[in-house]
Amino acid sequence: MHELSIALSIIEGVSEEVQRLGGEQVTSVRLKLGSLSGVVKDALLFSYQLACEGAPREGSELIVEESPAIVHCPQCNTDQILVSLQHLRCPRCGTPTPEVLSGREVEVVGMEMIS
Amino acid sequence: MSPQPRLVELRHNVFKKNDLLARELRTRFQEAGVQVIGLVSSPGSGKTAFLEKMLTTMRPHSRVAALVGDLATENDAARLARSQAPVRQIITGTVCHLEAEMVQQALEGWNLHDLDFLFIENVGNLVCPASYDLGEELRIVLLSVTEGEDKPLKYPTIFNSADVAVITKSDLAVATEFDWAAAESNIQSVRPGLPIFRLSAKTGDGMAPFIDFLRSRRSAGIASA
Repeated sequence: MHELSIALSIIEGVSEEVQRLGGEQVTSVRLKLGSLSGVVKDALLFSYQLACEGAPREGSELIVEESPAIVHCPQCNTDQILVSLQHLRCPRCGTPTPEVLSGREVEVVGMEMIS
Repeated sequence: MSPQPRLVELRHNVFKKNDLLARELRTRFQEAGVQVIGLVSSPGSGKTAFLEKMLTTMRPHSRVAALVGDLATENDAARLARSQAPVRQIITGTVCHLEAEMVQQALEGWNLHDLDFLFIENVGNLVCPASYDLGEELRIVLLSVTEGEDKPLKYPTIFNSADVAVITKSDLAVATEFDWAAAESNIQSVRPGLPIFRLSAKTGDGMAPFIDFLRSRRSAGIASA
């Protein structure tokens, strides 16, 4: 369960941005979460609320946008959305796809801020 | 009228701090010519027994050292010290994984130029360590025959993050009716092309090919540097 430390990192990053932009309050934070990131969405949402309690970000909502992993199929020579983490293979032709182009990201992509 | 919220677009990698530090460590390791190997597995898969055997077997020919992570106790470091190799324990307290900063701190005072191989044993956990780069050149995921063949399917992320898989406790395979083909097929399913080694730290079976593999990886790394 490392989601609490990830929630704290999110809050730290957001607070730096708020300070830089001269904002005051944050109503929501948008996070892009890759399916291969190893981070569990529900645990993260729970941890975020916990981490915000009694802190400046209290009352803000964490919006998690789950993004699927993208793999490159050497057979079709195209990029494909991975259907199952248990089977790294092209959804079209079934060829194994060791090359993962994205899906490991845990990235704050936006926030709603009141100045 | 109350002020309206405005939307701000950001691009902030949540692991940025750890990733940057890991990159610095990786550069330091490469400059010093030390091959750094991270070990991840579930608790009880035999990481420490494997490491003890590796250190003891490699030490006459190579300069080896280890960092070992645990939530509590210095038992593993004490056990590994029997190999005569330099060993340091990292106690994480409540943290379920190692982070680059812990590795950096644990290395203080060590001259990396005096080492050929450095092993970093992570906390026994198949989930959290997947997200944290420690600057290692190779990440080895261990799976013991007593755990069952479907572990890779249950924890695909950590297997996907690894560079090599090692199946340990091969001496118990018959007793546990371990299905090698199923286990290896499951590993290939979550990480196509992952090299797999079978070995037993207890009998020493399969250790030599694995050590040869590490040595050739180190030589290749130095040649390309």
